[in-house]
Amino acid sequence: MSTETTTNTAWLSSPPVKGDQQDMPEWYTAFQAASWERFQSLPVPSRSDEAWRYADLKKSRFETLQPAQSATAPSVEPAAFGEACARFVYVNGEASVAEVGDLPAGVVCQPIDQAIASGDERLKAYFDVEAKRLGDEKFAALNGAASIYGLYVYVPKGVELSGSISVQHYITGDSAPVFPRTLVVAEDNARVSIVETYESVDSDEPGLSIGVADFHADRGSQIQHVLVQNLNEHSKQVHLATSRSGRDSNVQTVVLNLGGAWVRNESLNYMLDSGADTQIFGANLANSHQEFDQRTLQVHDAQHTTSDLLIKNALYDTSRVIFGGLIQVRPGAHHTDSYQSCRNLLGSDQAEVNAMPGLEIDADQVKCSHGATSGQISDDEIFYLRSRGIPADDARRIVSCGFLNEALSKVTGSDLRDWLEGLIAKKFDQVS
Amino acid sequence: MSDSATLEAVSVDQDAGDFVYPEDYEHDAGYGLSEKTIDYISEVKGEADWIREFRKKALNTFEKKPNPTHWATKDLENIKFEDIRYYLSKGQRPTRTWDEVPDDVKETFERLGIPEKERKFLAGVEAQFDSEAAYSNIKEDLEKEGVIFVNSTEGLREHPELFKKWFGKVIPTGDNKYSALNSAVFSGGSFIYVPPGVKVAHPLQAYFRINAENFGQFERTLIIVDEGAEVTYMEGCTAPKFETATLHSAVVELVAMDNAKIQYITVQNWSNNVFNLVTKRGVAHENAEIRWIDCNIGSRLTMKYPGVIMKGRKARGEVVSIALANDGQHQDTGAKMIHAADETTSNVVSKSISVGEGRSTYRGLVHIPKHLKGCKNNTECDALLINSNSRTDTYPAISVRGNQHATQHEASVSQVSEEQIFYMQQRGLSEGEAMSLSVNGFVNDLVREFPMEYSVELKRLIDLEMEGSVG
Repeated sequence: MSTETTTNTAWLSSPPVKGDQQDMPEWYTAFQAASWERFQSLPVPSRSDEAWRYADLKKSRFETLQPAQSATAPSVEPAAFGEACARFVYVNGEASVAEVGDLPAGVVCQPIDQAIASGDERLKAYFDVEAKRLGDEKFAALNGAASIYGLYVYVPKGVELSGSISVQHYITGDSAPVFPRTLVVAEDNARVSIVETYESVDSDEPGLSIGVADFHADRGSQIQHVLVQNLNEHSKQVHLATSRSGRDSNVQTVVLNLGGAWVRNESLNYMLDSGADTQIFGANLANSHQEFDQRTLQVHDAQHTTSDLLIKNALYDTSRVIFGGLIQVRPGAHHTDSYQSCRNLLGSDQAEVNAMPGLEIDADQVKCSHGATSGQISDDEIFYLRSRGIPADDARRIVSCGFLNEALSKVTGSDLRDWLEGLIAKKFDQVS
Repeated sequence: MSDSATLEAVSVDQDAGDFVYPEDYEHDAGYGLSEKTIDYISEVKGEADWIREFRKKALNTFEKKPNPTHWATKDLENIKFEDIRYYLSKGQRPTRTWDEVPDDVKETFERLGIPEKERKFLAGVEAQFDSEAAYSNIKEDLEKEGVIFVNSTEGLREHPELFKKWFGKVIPTGDNKYSALNSAVFSGGSFIYVPPGVKVAHPLQAYFRINAENFGQFERTLIIVDEGAEVTYMEGCTAPKFETATLHSAVVELVAMDNAKIQYITVQNWSNNVFNLVTKRGVAHENAEIRWIDCNIGSRLTMKYPGVIMKGRKARGEVVSIALANDGQHQDTGAKMIHAADETTSNVVSKSISVGEGRSTYRGLVHIPKHLKGCKNNTECDALLINSNSRTDTYPAISVRGNQHATQHEASVSQVSEEQIFYMQQRGLSEGEAMSLSVNGFVNDLVREFPMEYSVELKRLIDLEMEGSVG
């Protein structure tokens, strides 16, 4: 293992920082330097690492990583999920569109690098508070060491934003990595929704995105975060999300994976005070050689907290999906109600599902259950639809779409749901 | 079968195991483990050279393998391998008649409830006292049918042609650190062969005991059931309580040929200082069935994941598991189902109860590789938490390739409802009795899977464990 470590820590000889980085406050440059040191000292994921069980480790190795260069912006259509209250387009980590409409007083919604440079003290308090990861410490450190870009949203007490904030990420150029970071802070009774999409400009350039997202929901607030990954079939993505929900707050995260060659999602969710509720929804449509690797953690750290996880995967060709989930009920977190479910539909003889739903319960008076299933479309279902005049191929598609859409059925916002379902249907055209 | 007599005969509770006899071991390999220990064991047993070689290779593997603490509990690091005595025995051959059995051994069996009269009810009894089987008896009619039921030393010596073929094949030496340890120093355990078509009507039974301080017991069991044959094997364990931790590391291999059936039943009730690290696995050939019925009540740390490799078409595997973890105990149990042929089916039902600061863990593996058709797995895990500081974990891993299979896994965690307890208290039961009744109800549908005498014994053990858990 030691030889492996030395060769693979050498992905990079210097941090992926762009030359023209603007003046940043001292705390941030110190953070960047510490992250770089951490990145260098951490080993690469290895076989014996439980957090990487079943993963194809070769896919998580990178020979070299040169930061993405500036590129000319492609013509970009706004994501069609309904009304957006602010819209950002990033190409290789540089903002080409930053339209912020008429937001209520006190709301901050700006590129995160600008927010840091402007010396926002509140941002500093919430910045990178998460130390724990589910195996991706090295990637998190790399993100911290790199030139930062992304979105910072702060919604003050009682403010509810109507419409979502749209962030569209584009990657272009050969093997160019981007390092996005999203930080969302919702104060008491605030409400905010963010929709992020990842796409490739070109269909055959391998891109890479290593992103970090943090959500802080104070008392009674609501945060919704939707992540749509639709990169080209050569690209890779690592996305590490953390949510912390306070008293009576609600955090809803939605991940839709359609594109990409290899995708690793981490989702850490902490319910910190009573009444905190977290919903984690995921829909993954994998075909060809795609590998989607999802690790989740639901931590109940207070009494009367709830969480609900539903991940649905449809697999075709030689695709692989890994789900590693854990519900942790900490000592004293009585009256927890937690659910975790991973359902898989296998559409080919070569597809592979690995599910590891886990529970660690340290309190009593809890209601916790999890389930994992895998199966295929039954002949009866196809027969039923065919007997009503629907051709077999269409029948298969209808059943598969319906299967995946169920994971989105509890997503807040009907326009958003319709848009996501439309994206799934579009991908299905490539599948069959 | 007379019920009350059987009950009396096999009733084992923890207190019955709570006694110690003077140690006067004729053969003692001393403390610690080295090639010398192995030479010593091999010489005492008069083993063939290939077994000695096998042991030495295993020792090498054992020394190389790390403790699996990257996924298992760190408690494993508390095992002091150099403080363990790896072999000691009375140097006696297994005796065939009751009269030849030494008196203090007899007394132990008496306390355990294996008196002479048990022979009337059981097809064969082999009770292990420390490393060597001190008593072994098979009814004549079984012998006539060609059933072989001997200890491992005798099996390898007298029937190498039968046992060598499968010995160490289902569980290779390098499977894990503790299977390697067992392969290096094994002694005792049962070797059973059931010829084609023979259906053994009565369960074969063996009791294991640990009776020397710091003494690890490393029995090795191999059961081969030939085509169309059937057998049920039962093992139950008690151990006297000692101050320092004892290690029990068994390897059990089962081979079910075409259309054969094996049922392996364990009631484990080691005292709370025993590390019980056991590897159990069976191979089921075409249309064969292997069932593990496993109950873990005692020990400090149990790590045991009975497995079935379904190698032939339509083979079936099943694990029924009950675990009860009390203060200072960690029951890390589970099941491993490897589907390696078409139309194979497996079923896992696990129920665990955590009392006081006890911790119970379910760890499972289901593996369905490529290019198979029609495999099915069903897994259910239910956990019951009794006190507010009890702990339970579930870590299944399900790996499925291809679109012609069905798997489902479900787990739930619950507790005894206060209303239930209140209801029973209202009708005159004490809180403890009510709790005990509730817990017995929770496991009742699994307890019914056990043979009658074991299920009664189990209920009694659960009652004992629940004493003092409330209030």
